[in-house]
Amino acid sequence: MPVSTVDKDALLTVSGVGFDYENIPVLDNVDLSLNRGEFVALVGPSGCGKSTLLNLISGLSSPRKGTISANGIFESSARLGNVSYMQQRDLLLSWRTIAENCQLGMELRSISDDVSKTRVQELAKSFGLYDVLDHMPWQLSGGMRQRAALMRTILLENDVLLLDEPFGALDAITRNVLQKWLLSVLVRNDKAVLLVTHDVEEAILLADRVMIMASEPGRIIAEVDVRLAESSIESSFTSPEFVELRKDILELLERQEVSL
Amino acid sequence: MINYLGGMWLAAKNWSPAIFTALALILIWEFVVWILDIQRWLLPPPTIIFQELIDSIGLLTRHAGITLLEIIMGFSVSLMIGVALASGIVWSRTMERSIYPIIIASQTIPIFTLAPLLIIWVGTDIFSKVIVVVLFTFFPLVVSLVTGLRSVDSEAVDMFRTLGATNAQIFRKLMIPTALPNFFAGMKVAAVVSVIGAVIGEWVGASAGLGWLMKLSGPQFQTARVFAAILVLSVVAITLFSAVVAIEKWFLRKYPSILSQAKNLGE
Repeated sequence: MPVSTVDKDALLTVSGVGFDYENIPVLDNVDLSLNRGEFVALVGPSGCGKSTLLNLISGLSSPRKGTISANGIFESSARLGNVSYMQQRDLLLSWRTIAENCQLGMELRSISDDVSKTRVQELAKSFGLYDVLDHMPWQLSGGMRQRAALMRTILLENDVLLLDEPFGALDAITRNVLQKWLLSVLVRNDKAVLLVTHDVEEAILLADRVMIMASEPGRIIAEVDVRLAESSIESSFTSPEFVELRKDILELLERQEVSL
Repeated sequence: MINYLGGMWLAAKNWSPAIFTALALILIWEFVVWILDIQRWLLPPPTIIFQELIDSIGLLTRHAGITLLEIIMGFSVSLMIGVALASGIVWSRTMERSIYPIIIASQTIPIFTLAPLLIIWVGTDIFSKVIVVVLFTFFPLVVSLVTGLRSVDSEAVDMFRTLGATNAQIFRKLMIPTALPNFFAGMKVAAVVSVIGAVIGEWVGASAGLGWLMKLSGPQFQTARVFAAILVLSVVAITLFSAVVAIEKWFLRKYPSILSQAKNLGE
């Protein structure tokens, strides 16, 4: 299982990236690359720097060494607003309706209210939020709030989409429903999606490739191709193919814990 | 309509204990004065105060108008200074370190002692009173606004940045809305203390206003008029407070705290 080499045509490229926090190395020599239409999951133990990596890609912070390019943008501050990033918490503004929350990104870009309203209404149907667009965030369930947050993120229409544990705070049943729904929303999309999760099953179900990270300092130690056959997605967690992949990835994760 | 009536009934239910207590105290006061035969210049009974209120309503409202003008002018100046100072303190580390400690230390100075100095410097016209009102009200406004602006969620700031927001947009669309509930709490305190500020200003040096009227009536043993003026002042304070509450309800009409309150009243 070779660690991916940097692809010149990739939509998102991370090469040789290192990052320190208060002189403690958090990430070391991270390489990854995503092509258009690809869905990659990052799994690894807590504190291995997964979220830090997303912060670096989004442009919230700058790497100490190495380069990051998203859609051809190398400068960190210039990537802000050009990489869609959904954080762990939904962060919906309590004083805005769901529609107004989803319009936020377009509002900040001075896109007219009418245009952004129409775009929100168009997308709301496939997100199952059409009937609650004029509701306030506190009136919605956790699952609906996460969907609203994802809609706010996707409405930016950037080519690179980063998802940080989007369903981490939800109960198992809601999470499973939303995972399958996300798959249907993102099917045949032309984005490069990078998902951070600690849930191996979620990673196999959603992604084309799974990158496995080790901690102290955070680095990528293995890459597994997890493209499931259509039939396996239907029967998901119980198909032999799925079970085999799950076993492989868990073994890789356990091996590095033993070596620590 | 049903919701409205329901709201009225609930409001009446919420207020009735306070109203009953006040009425009981007034009744006790009335009886004690009659039974112990206390001199009216020493402690007039509520009925006499009420009579005085009706007899001099023209005089009282004229002076109340002047006091109210001082309060409104002072409060407006305070709002401008408060918003500017709080924004500066939150925005710049240098301003926070240089100005915030001085603002806090300034509150240990009894403002009452500054009032005579202001009369010497500014004179006895309306501006000295406006300045005293500003001195009383800007502190709760600055502190509540600084607290509110600082209570912003750093992850929400990150979210705004990833959406491509500028610093000005983050301030306008995230920090200010986050700070509003705190700010209105400060506004309510400021509304009440603004009345105290105006009266103190008038007490020290003025030629009109309820504070001046009280100062004048006291030595003339027109005690009922002093009480009537106090009553009018309370009405002014309650009106100002209610006005701030009404503005707050409008500004925060979409906030969970106000919405759930409205929902409870409707049920």
